[in-house]
Amino acid sequence: MSYICRRFSAQTFDADPGDSGWWQQQFIGLLSQGSETIEVLGGPQGSGWFWGSPKCCAEVRGADGSWDGGRGPGLRCQVTLLFAQFQLTVPVSVVFAKGALPGAQQRRLPFADTQEEESLLNRKNQADAALLPLQEDSLGALTVYVIPETSPLLPQGVGVYVGKHRSAVMRCPQGPGDVLAAVSARVQQIVQAMSFTTDSITAALSDRVPMDQLGTDTRRPFKSSLGYEITFSLLNPDPKSHDVHWDIEAAVSGYVQPFLDKLGSVANFSVDSQILYYAVLGVSPRFDKASSSFILSALSLPHVINPVEARLGSSATSLYPVLNFLLYVPERIHSPLYIQDKDGAAVGTNAFHSPRWGGIMVYNVDHPAPDKALLPLRVDVDMVRVMEVFLAQLRLLFGISQVPLPEEFLLESPGNKGLTDWELDRLLWTRTVENIATVSTTLTSLAQLLDKIGNIVIKDDVASEVYHAVASAQTAMLELASGHLGSAFQASKEAVISSERAFFDPSLLHLLYFPDDQKFAIYIPLFLPMAVPILLSLVKILREAKQSKKEPTKTD
Amino acid sequence: PPLPVAKPVPMAAALPGPRWLPAAAALLWACCGSAATDGIQDQAEQFFRSGHTNNWAVLVCTSRFWFNYRHVANTLSVYRSVKRLGIPDSHIVLMLADDMACNPRNPKPATVFSHKNMELNVYGDDVEVDYRSYEVTVENFLRVLTGRIPPSTPRSKRLLSDDRSNILIYMTGHGGNGFLKFQDSEEITNVELADAFEQMWQKRRYNELLFIIDTCQGASMYERFYSPNIMALASSQVGEDSLSHQPDLGIGVHLMDRYTFYVLEFLEEIHPASQTNMNDLFQVCPRSLCVSTPGHRTDLFQRDPQNVLITDFFGSVRKVEITTETVALDPNLVGLETRVPNDEMATEPLKYAEQLPVAQIIHQKPKQKDWHPPGGFILGLWALIIMVFFKTYGIKHMKYIF
Repeated sequence: MSYICRRFSAQTFDADPGDSGWWQQQFIGLLSQGSETIEVLGGPQGSGWFWGSPKCCAEVRGADGSWDGGRGPGLRCQVTLLFAQFQLTVPVSVVFAKGALPGAQQRRLPFADTQEEESLLNRKNQADAALLPLQEDSLGALTVYVIPETSPLLPQGVGVYVGKHRSAVMRCPQGPGDVLAAVSARVQQIVQAMSFTTDSITAALSDRVPMDQLGTDTRRPFKSSLGYEITFSLLNPDPKSHDVHWDIEAAVSGYVQPFLDKLGSVANFSVDSQILYYAVLGVSPRFDKASSSFILSALSLPHVINPVEARLGSSATSLYPVLNFLLYVPERIHSPLYIQDKDGAAVGTNAFHSPRWGGIMVYNVDHPAPDKALLPLRVDVDMVRVMEVFLAQLRLLFGISQVPLPEEFLLESPGNKGLTDWELDRLLWTRTVENIATVSTTLTSLAQLLDKIGNIVIKDDVASEVYHAVASAQTAMLELASGHLGSAFQASKEAVISSERAFFDPSLLHLLYFPDDQKFAIYIPLFLPMAVPILLSLVKILREAKQSKKEPTKTD
Repeated sequence: PPLPVAKPVPMAAALPGPRWLPAAAALLWACCGSAATDGIQDQAEQFFRSGHTNNWAVLVCTSRFWFNYRHVANTLSVYRSVKRLGIPDSHIVLMLADDMACNPRNPKPATVFSHKNMELNVYGDDVEVDYRSYEVTVENFLRVLTGRIPPSTPRSKRLLSDDRSNILIYMTGHGGNGFLKFQDSEEITNVELADAFEQMWQKRRYNELLFIIDTCQGASMYERFYSPNIMALASSQVGEDSLSHQPDLGIGVHLMDRYTFYVLEFLEEIHPASQTNMNDLFQVCPRSLCVSTPGHRTDLFQRDPQNVLITDFFGSVRKVEITTETVALDPNLVGLETRVPNDEMATEPLKYAEQLPVAQIIHQKPKQKDWHPPGGFILGLWALIIMVFFKTYGIKHMKYIF
């Protein structure tokens, strides 16, 4: 099987002929291009360490330039190469409001596509909703509206307003000189915030980047997977004192389900919930006299999770990664319980999360005066407060983190959905790139394996899955280059499914390793004793035949 | 309920090395410029030092039969330590022949002891064996490692690790130069093992891997590894035998192997918060105690063993971060944005189709089975018998039969 190495070039959307690449975000993918023999170099620079088999090597480039870790001993081999360059294009349309640009500048605009749209916009919230029908709402496409500097639409001190959907409103920067250049710089900043940056793409390809270049953010979110299972657990260690009720069904359908529906194109989600009684934390909290409350310090938090995890039963149901969200109602004798961070300050949310696992929140119950207490105390959990924290943790665990933005940017809150459209786009960009990279790794290593072990039988459905994976990945690359994010993501998801199915097919197990000395050791004692009389009789037959030829034939 | 332990765990009393060493390491790390200026960020950096977020363990005992009691005891002791230090059963794949506890030759049924005088029962009552008895084969072991498992396998029998998992692999049994014997019927060679680890690396199924083997000539098994991030320990060098520790006269067999016995003693002093590093594990069981020379291999490992904590592999210390932000939710919008719940399902009563008309079955006459002429094997057998009969007795006797 061999795959043709292809290079895709995106359609360049030149706004300014003298400055090509202005609208085009281009990132060099992490597989080298052109050559058929490739070398994998990883590890710290200059160490010459090899990832992968010493027999096969592939050259890895950094995201912004070549990055060569040095060469060392190792055989080159023919490894077929799938993908050359990643080209990601974001379709951005910039709409200039009337009067935003001075007249001279306006004539310089290369694309004279003036559409007169009359809409009265008073406040920014209305603006977002009102502008929504004006723009094309496809995944990945962005619209930036440039308004005059003196417009009252945005409050003072705010230069850019980023809405819930895929639009942003910015003030036209005032000043002498080239206003268009300033506008373009600002627009590029906005587009980077709303779609992707070099860092986020590098993080998506974190498999190939050496460990010390990564930040902590990359280790927190879950890897791209086809489905996730979310479990909400209520831990009640003291049922004698607290009779805890939580309306989890309503909370899930009201707060969590809209969020998951919005992420529905990304993966399948299944949500379940449980209540655990007599489940204690593994750590006993200290009593703090100053605040007359119990404290869990940050150092003891890592040991909280393990004793509980055995009881969660989260691993019995499905093969997808599991996110656990625990709500812990402390015992009466340990109430109230607060979590302290490293500096000793109490944490506002009273919650913490563990990367790639889930989150825990401690819910303190108000106890009335002891003489009025009637045990067990009925507790109705305030699900809004709880879900605010859990949704924030869910966002973090999916990698939807806050983007660092300059001061004058104003972000619209996502509301009950928990996720803005452009945050979803960010997730989809990184996930698509990650999926395509995974597909190329999987198929390359599968090809290496099959080349190395000549006598593995490749079934027809494995072969068809491989072809399907290659075709889908190529489609995804094309769609990425042309800016169709939705179809690119779907194609990349299909490619991942096919490639994983092909790679992990149970029939591809190589068990047979016959070193030569073992072959001698096994077969010679078997066949040599048998072979001796056979050979001797063959020799005898040949000798007799020769003798009978030599003798003159007898004739009667 | 806590498992019975032979001796109490001394907490933090066995911190080897000078006290300033961890602080100096932390200082050095902070100076290395991880761009951590914020206090909380610094803490997060320290927590993330090893780069893993979960732990897995694959514990394999490759022998069966009563006289290999010590291998089962070895594996179960490591299993107990690993569970005590925090790895849950769902993250442990335990492969045992499991024929000790209920063996007819066991004078104390349902127990497996690891210390003489029957001090410590490592079998306990919450052992979860994932692959037992004849399921412990080379094929299953390789399937677990590489992930090429038939889709009907339950979750407890799978190794669902990802690229941020640290995996501990412990193998014990009878081995030789370059191979390990599985249940007296097959072998796994060091080349196959190295290829399996390479397959794991290609799919990023591990972050770091610790491979411990306690067999004769164990060092030959890790000679052929070529994938990064693997650290290996073995109980004996090539050409040496690993010896067993001591027999118990009541049970009649040797209870543990020396190397694992001293490793276990070392692990009993580790608790989940301890800072002991790998260099101390390398010093366990010197030649005077073990008779064989334990070996280790760290050239494939990227970090310095000095910085690798024992709990990075044997325990499961979770990294945590404080949640500082919340999402603003408006409870008033909930009614508007939820979908209409579908209650069509509650209204229609369910009807079942008639599957088995009982009346027909009861009064049914037995159906006449179609007669088929005998074919294949039966035919051949009868032909053979008849031929032999007539060859022996001759055809003229046929008239006496009919």
